[in-house]
Amino acid sequence: MQGFDRPLGKAFFVAHNACSDHYMLIYLPIAEVSVNAFLLLGLGGIVGVLSGMFGVGGGFLMTPLLFFIGIPPAVAVATEANQIVASSFSGVLAHLRRKTVDIKMGLVLQAGGLMGSGLGILVFNYLKALGQVDLLVKIFYVVFLGAIGSLMFVESINTLRHSSKGRPPAKRRKHNWVHNLPFKMKFRVSGLYISVIPPLLVGMAVGVLAAIMGVGGGFIMVPAMIYLLGMPTKVVVGTSLFQIIFVTAFTTMLHATTNHTVDIALALLLLIGGVIGAQIGTRIGVKLKAEQLRILLAIMVLAVCVKLSFDLLLTPSELFVLGAAGGH
Amino acid sequence: MRILHLLLAALLFAMPAKAEEIVLGLSQDEVAITATFEGSHILIFGAIKRDGTETIDGDLGVIITVSGPKTPITVRRKERKYGIWVNADAVEVDAAPSFYAVATSGPMEEVLKEVEDLRHSVTMSKAIRSVGAKVEGSESFTEALIRIRSDAGLYSTFIDTVDLEEDTLFRTSIDLPSNITEGNYETRIFLTRGGVVIDEYDTIIPVEKVGIERWLYRMAQDNAVLYGLMSLAIAIAAGWGASAAFAALRR
Repeated sequence: MQGFDRPLGKAFFVAHNACSDHYMLIYLPIAEVSVNAFLLLGLGGIVGVLSGMFGVGGGFLMTPLLFFIGIPPAVAVATEANQIVASSFSGVLAHLRRKTVDIKMGLVLQAGGLMGSGLGILVFNYLKALGQVDLLVKIFYVVFLGAIGSLMFVESINTLRHSSKGRPPAKRRKHNWVHNLPFKMKFRVSGLYISVIPPLLVGMAVGVLAAIMGVGGGFIMVPAMIYLLGMPTKVVVGTSLFQIIFVTAFTTMLHATTNHTVDIALALLLLIGGVIGAQIGTRIGVKLKAEQLRILLAIMVLAVCVKLSFDLLLTPSELFVLGAAGGH
Repeated sequence: MRILHLLLAALLFAMPAKAEEIVLGLSQDEVAITATFEGSHILIFGAIKRDGTETIDGDLGVIITVSGPKTPITVRRKERKYGIWVNADAVEVDAAPSFYAVATSGPMEEVLKEVEDLRHSVTMSKAIRSVGAKVEGSESFTEALIRIRSDAGLYSTFIDTVDLEEDTLFRTSIDLPSNITEGNYETRIFLTRGGVVIDEYDTIIPVEKVGIERWLYRMAQDNAVLYGLMSLAIAIAAGWGASAAFAALRR
């Protein structure tokens, strides 16, 4: 656990230091605001650690933080995608060295994911035509995160309690109905011999959600791989990062060519922190037990859920919001 | 200051006539945004030229406005529906400046009459145009716009900050924060007597990105594919670099 405390503490130290320093201001060419360079390095570092640890991109955490420091939302979302490419690539390389990336599974999930995002964009545009797309996305988020987070939390606590009482850990069901479908394929790294249909469907479902919610979908993909596909927790993190690279690279190009909102200077500052954080995060993740890792992930997912529900339920301090004209 | 006076004196003789007229100088006629841009300030100074035929009718006042490029904007109001807060009504503001500063030589009600304010769109709420607003109470939406932008340091009113010496020389300094956008900043100087505008002087201060800021911005607009690929290449290279560095550290 010592290895756990130190690097995280360091990342926070960097961020804290940044707040007291007003000299390293950088004007961002696309975002058109001045920001503190050290603050961005620190933010990138913290999110990078989470990324390497849990196999999530961290967009769901970084995007609101960027809003908070005054980056325009469109720029924050687009640039965040570019930063995640860097931190997940850094994380995947670290996982590859430990042979904890199931590339074959990653590609199957990816194939499903591409179909899913296509479908998701259709759904998104339909919701947009109805208006209120923001609201639906948020409700979706809260329900989804709440359900996943609680399930994962309860399951991991039970597993931990059983193992600490000295009893053998209750083995998660390795074989459910999911494993009795045709088109079986061998996934050596995950130690699975299952039909390709479930991974394709999981990939697709995450693709749909990711497109609607506008995130990489790592924090949905990770629990889905653990609980629906029965993949070992350690392999899940690396594999999730592997497929996130492609999703976010695609998103980056999409934003760069259509909205011109990728801020390369902002991305650079974030990703320097991000790639280093991802390396540290991977090392922390390896030292933790699978159950501990799942509990921490569950807590994080629940925290985001609670934060979002507060946004919906509490009276906002500012009742008005500004947006570019045309509802864009 | 002495040179400034001499300069103004020279200008005074060169200008053609109106009873009372503004002669203007600026400390800088353009603002360059560099990578380390931390905001800037423009010194605006000038003199009032008289041809001797003026009628002294009320006190003299000077009002200076600096306005960033105007863009349309949507202001949405949140409302509680079924227990949760959702975006409800929206008002389209036709043209809201990205930056707006007003400086006056005295209390607003003394230097500018309401009618004159309406005619010349001087104060913040008059400078924001919102014609097609159909929602009831649309003023609260423009008020919200002003409040949010004021909190961000983009809209400001400085009462009594224009120094007016001997009813002839005036000067003030306008701060441009570090989060301004590029564009042509329209600067207007109004000379008033008894709250009535007797002369107006307009000029443009271009605010532009320069150097690498300009280069990156142009590339993102004109060469989007290349720019996107460059962003990805940097991301991949950095990811690999960190991984290689950590691997080397372990050995």
